[in-house]
Amino acid sequence: MTARYALGIDLGTTHTALSYFSLDEAKPRGAGQPMLPVPQLTAPGTLEPRQLLPSFLYLPNAAEFPEGSLALPWDKKSKDVVGELARSHGAKVPTRLVSSAKSWLCHPGVDRRAAILPWGAPEDVPRVSPLDASARYLEHLREAWDHAFKKHPANEQEVIVTVPASFDAGARDLTLEAAKKAGFAEVTLLEEPQAALYAWLESHGENWRKLVKPGEVILVVDVGGGTSDFSLISVAEKGGDLALERLAVGDHILLGGDNMDLALAHALSQKLGKKLDAWQLNALTYAARAAKELLFGDPKLDAAPVTVASRGSSLMGGTLKTSLERAELEQLLTDGFFPRGRVDELPVTARRTGLQQLALPYAADPAVTRHLAAFLTRQAALAKPGDTFVKPTAVLFNGGVFKAPALKQRVLDVLGSWLGSPPKELPGADLDLSVARGAAYYGWVRQGHGIRIRGGTARSYYVGVESAMPAVPGMEPPVKALCVAPFGMEEGTQADVPPQQFGLVVGEPTRFRFFASSVRREDQVGTMLEDPEGLEEVAPIETTLEGRNAGQLVPVNLQAAVTELGALELRCVEKGGAGKWKLELNVRPTE
Amino acid sequence: MADSFYLYVAAAFAVGFVLSALIFRSRKSAAPELPAPAPAPAPEKPALAAPALTPEQQHASGLFLLSMLQREGRFVDFVLEDVAGVSDDQLAGAARVVHEGCRKVLKQYLSIEPVLPQEEGATVDVPAGFDAGRIRLTGNVAGAPPFKGALKHHGWAAKDVKLPQPPTALDVKILAPAEVELP
Repeated sequence: MTARYALGIDLGTTHTALSYFSLDEAKPRGAGQPMLPVPQLTAPGTLEPRQLLPSFLYLPNAAEFPEGSLALPWDKKSKDVVGELARSHGAKVPTRLVSSAKSWLCHPGVDRRAAILPWGAPEDVPRVSPLDASARYLEHLREAWDHAFKKHPANEQEVIVTVPASFDAGARDLTLEAAKKAGFAEVTLLEEPQAALYAWLESHGENWRKLVKPGEVILVVDVGGGTSDFSLISVAEKGGDLALERLAVGDHILLGGDNMDLALAHALSQKLGKKLDAWQLNALTYAARAAKELLFGDPKLDAAPVTVASRGSSLMGGTLKTSLERAELEQLLTDGFFPRGRVDELPVTARRTGLQQLALPYAADPAVTRHLAAFLTRQAALAKPGDTFVKPTAVLFNGGVFKAPALKQRVLDVLGSWLGSPPKELPGADLDLSVARGAAYYGWVRQGHGIRIRGGTARSYYVGVESAMPAVPGMEPPVKALCVAPFGMEEGTQADVPPQQFGLVVGEPTRFRFFASSVRREDQVGTMLEDPEGLEEVAPIETTLEGRNAGQLVPVNLQAAVTELGALELRCVEKGGAGKWKLELNVRPTE
Repeated sequence: MADSFYLYVAAAFAVGFVLSALIFRSRKSAAPELPAPAPAPAPEKPALAAPALTPEQQHASGLFLLSMLQREGRFVDFVLEDVAGVSDDQLAGAARVVHEGCRKVLKQYLSIEPVLPQEEGATVDVPAGFDAGRIRLTGNVAGAPPFKGALKHHGWAAKDVKLPQPPTALDVKILAPAEVELP
């Protein structure tokens, strides 16, 4: 059965959305491309369609809501809550609320298949894994789609799910697994900044060729609710036409619009001079966001009022009143999160204290501009000779944070101070919905229409090889890193087989340490690095060879392939035999 | 401050006005749900008595809108609180909460716009055969239309009504549940 629609799913840290492209009509509509209105509970018993599905899961106590009041159109007996009600009610019962599941999904310090969320919840609260939670959001979208398009179930459509460009192979695998668990037969992954650029391409039609020239480098700055993500995309000329290639992606930075609203709320709560409870702080965060939008939306205002209603029924006595001054807003947000600075000023790295609580690895430095400086400097290998950092010529913004024109302008100003003159801004499409729209459009591009952004893997990958040396108590043997997948492997290709051989014992688990680099683009398959210092360690990979004489030693080579869906696969290939085994990425925490 | 206070009170009354209009509408719109009288009942078989709807069933959507105004804009809290001894300043602070929340509900579910587009105070024509539901005549009402008069209030009309279905699994008489926080 051929697909009628391409479904683009933006599985975000704070919001999830689905846009769809009619493959039959085959007409790029840009900002006119429809979004699926997602029915969700907005209050017990109240179902409403919304364009965005907040990525929150609430796990209620059995007695908490009247029977039947959590029913969904496709599940009359639904026991837990996804979406708007989960978010709003969860603010009052934080111990039962799962949030930021996506950030946990790529946290190497925890077992991402283990039921650990809500993090730190009391004993009797049911728990789910980061994988389960992500699957629940995707499942809600699939059910909503199937409910609205009964004749064209999601399973028979082309489905694209976006992931941060900074997601490593393990987090990508888990996203695919979550989609499978949600009942999607097959999904393709696409990097979010690329999806944003596809949305831009779609909205400009053939005109985009007039907006950029060969030799230009586009910087995508995507600051969402929970993460900041950067990508560089080059414009080149190929056979008389323009070609786009994704050159590099940034690291995973847990820093986004929610941090900014929270910073405002904390400052305002100090101004109120009262200790606020969790509910009031949440209400204050909403009020601060509204005040921020008011001030950013109207440059003539000097201050915006902020009120937090009392929790009790008396509004007159308990309502807290203050205001957000423009000077505070600029100091806290514009200068706090987007400070001016030199391109060689690096972000402050995490403070290491003896007792560090295991939690999400939030960015230690809130300065988006410093993270951006670090990204451009780290990718200096792409710079023109003589330059110490990459110099983008155009910027595409994405993410709700940039609804504030002042913040866009600040990023352009800071870039301008590094480059000599500010780069041009590519007028984008919708900052909230572009990723979903671009992903759906990509479903059509995959069928051979429009222009495709080339890129392949944004990292090179290595396995750890222990050096042979006499055992010394208390000292681990040094590890070398063998390159198994070079930078830029395209979907549907496989790498060469490196000459190094490994002996796998049948019936016993074998484990390889696994590394990646987003800057080493010269390494070829078989390159051996003496020291994995400077590489990032990814989840280890494991396999157990079964079905032969236990204890037998089988000589193998390792080979990497990138599937059509965008997942990295590692295999053991038997030396001189027909055996081939897939290696699994182990997403339990690394010791 | 006093000016803004009156503005907010006026806004709150406007909300109340729309609300009562809506409850009225919902009563009307609930009517078709009542079983229509049988077209020609056989004389020996009297028509089955329609199952009587309780008042809250009949007015479910009105109560539901009220619960949304309370949830988002603390409307019931505001109107039922005794404000006799409250300072204008306190009242204004509370009014902001009500204004913002209730406005959000009205904008989201009812596209409300003026009945007449002209500025208030302008002279407007009231044609012959005008819709007396949309235009109310006041002052020296005499003779037959067309009339000319001063627009005192431009009126309000809900263009689209996009209210969600009132919940069936809940008692709509509960406008806001009591909240009990466990230690």
